[in-house]
Amino acid sequence: MREVSTKRIIAEVRDSVIRANYELGEEVVQAFKDALGYEESPVARDILGQLMENATIAKEERIPICQDTGVAVVFVELGQEVSIVGGDFKSALEEGIRQGYEDGFLRKSVCHPFTRQNTGDNTPIIVHVDVVPGDKLKIWVVPKGGGSENMSQLFMLPPSAGWAGIREKVVETVEDAGPNPCPPTIVGVGIGGNFEQSALMAKKALLRPLGTKNQDPELAKMEEELLIEINKTGIGPQGLGGRVTSLAVHILMMPCHIASLPLAVNIQCHATRHLEVVL
Amino acid sequence: MDEIFHLETPLSVEDIAPLKSGDRVTISGVLYTARDAAHHRLLKLIEAGKELPIPIKDQIIYYVGPSPAPPGRVIGAAGPTTSYRMDPYTPSLLKLGLRGMIGKGKRSKEVKEAMVKYKAIYMAAIGGAGALMARAIKEVRVLAYEDLGPEAIRELKVERLPVIVVNDIQGNDLYLEGQKQYQIA
Ligand code: SF4
Repeated sequence: MREVSTKRIIAEVRDSVIRANYELGEEVVQAFKDALGYEESPVARDILGQLMENATIAKEERIPICQDTGVAVVFVELGQEVSIVGGDFKSALEEGIRQGYEDGFLRKSVCHPFTRQNTGDNTPIIVHVDVVPGDKLKIWVVPKGGGSENMSQLFMLPPSAGWAGIREKVVETVEDAGPNPCPPTIVGVGIGGNFEQSALMAKKALLRPLGTKNQDPELAKMEEELLIEINKTGIGPQGLGGRVTSLAVHILMMPCHIASLPLAVNIQCHATRHLEVVL
Repeated sequence: MDEIFHLETPLSVEDIAPLKSGDRVTISGVLYTARDAAHHRLLKLIEAGKELPIPIKDQIIYYVGPSPAPPGRVIGAAGPTTSYRMDPYTPSLLKLGLRGMIGKGKRSKEVKEAMVKYKAIYMAAIGGAGALMARAIKEVRVLAYEDLGPEAIRELKVERLPVIVVNDIQGNDLYLEGQKQYQIA
């Protein structure tokens, strides 16, 4: 067994959540640049330029890209030969997030569903753990804002809906969302599985770095087709009209029950923040 | 469309009358921040006929819940939040003479009608450009509801805050017209 201490986990999670919020990924900035190549609306071109400027300011001045520093979602791949020492694993993840939000001056945005009383330290966090072969511990820290999460949807379609039905629902979700999720967006799509699995896949699909192709050629083709359809809506950056409504569509798919066709659409705003650490 | 204007607060009806949806505007002066929880409290005061903690007539409300200010700064990131959550409260404020609102996302039919009726505009700031917006904010003072944390009402002194006019006083809506212009059937 390889030992990993909770002390190290806390420190890494703390640093990652701060960095994820201050530094927009290079691949996202590149996607803005690429988008300028085909965006025609002058207002939209202005916006894309300002988003790049925003990323530079945030990084240089060490402040968040966006004030909604989100609910902290943490994806974990825990190698089965890893032994976690020095305390409880989930508490360590939570402590890392707690420290990161405090020390990094990140906005705490978690509250009681009815009283709306803020919990004060951005916990609880949302954790998904997969146990995998090997002796590595991989952690993705993914703070997710409310604006884009609120526009996400899940559909339990009849199997007869097929690909045409899926295409229609994905485009409809993006249309209904309009300007609210801060386009240009990245659209995570989970197809198959069951109710909760489709939602999880839609979110997990967003972990794939922007600008990389889906390994599965069939899914890659579906992604391209969906992106073209979405960008025909004309919603554009910030919903003010333009060619670039979404920068990419990412799909994960798995088999499902003979009676179902689950579909989940998780919208990610341009402030796409995720950082991966391997311990 | 597409001209660049400059506004100084407070705003008169004459100041905003020439603005058209799609115009790019920079704003200097004082803005007041409020989100849903603060709006809820303001409305309670209006209903009870009590005095409000901020002036409304001819002012601009910016829908923002900034991130905390690190040492040496007046504010953290300060981009707009989604405006529809304020829709149920907005017509009452427009009736009191609120002249402008800054946020992101579409407004309800009731809010759009009230904007035409009481002569006010709605402007979009770039959602997710919190660091860029913070650069235009020079001074910050908490005026009310400190217990709401990021949702407290703040007074912001701004210099050349960049926004885009979405709804003008003629009833145009850039969210509808902009999308239509670039839609491919
Ligand atoms: S949707 Fe994203 S970019 Fe827009 S305000 Fe929320 S977190 Fe920020």
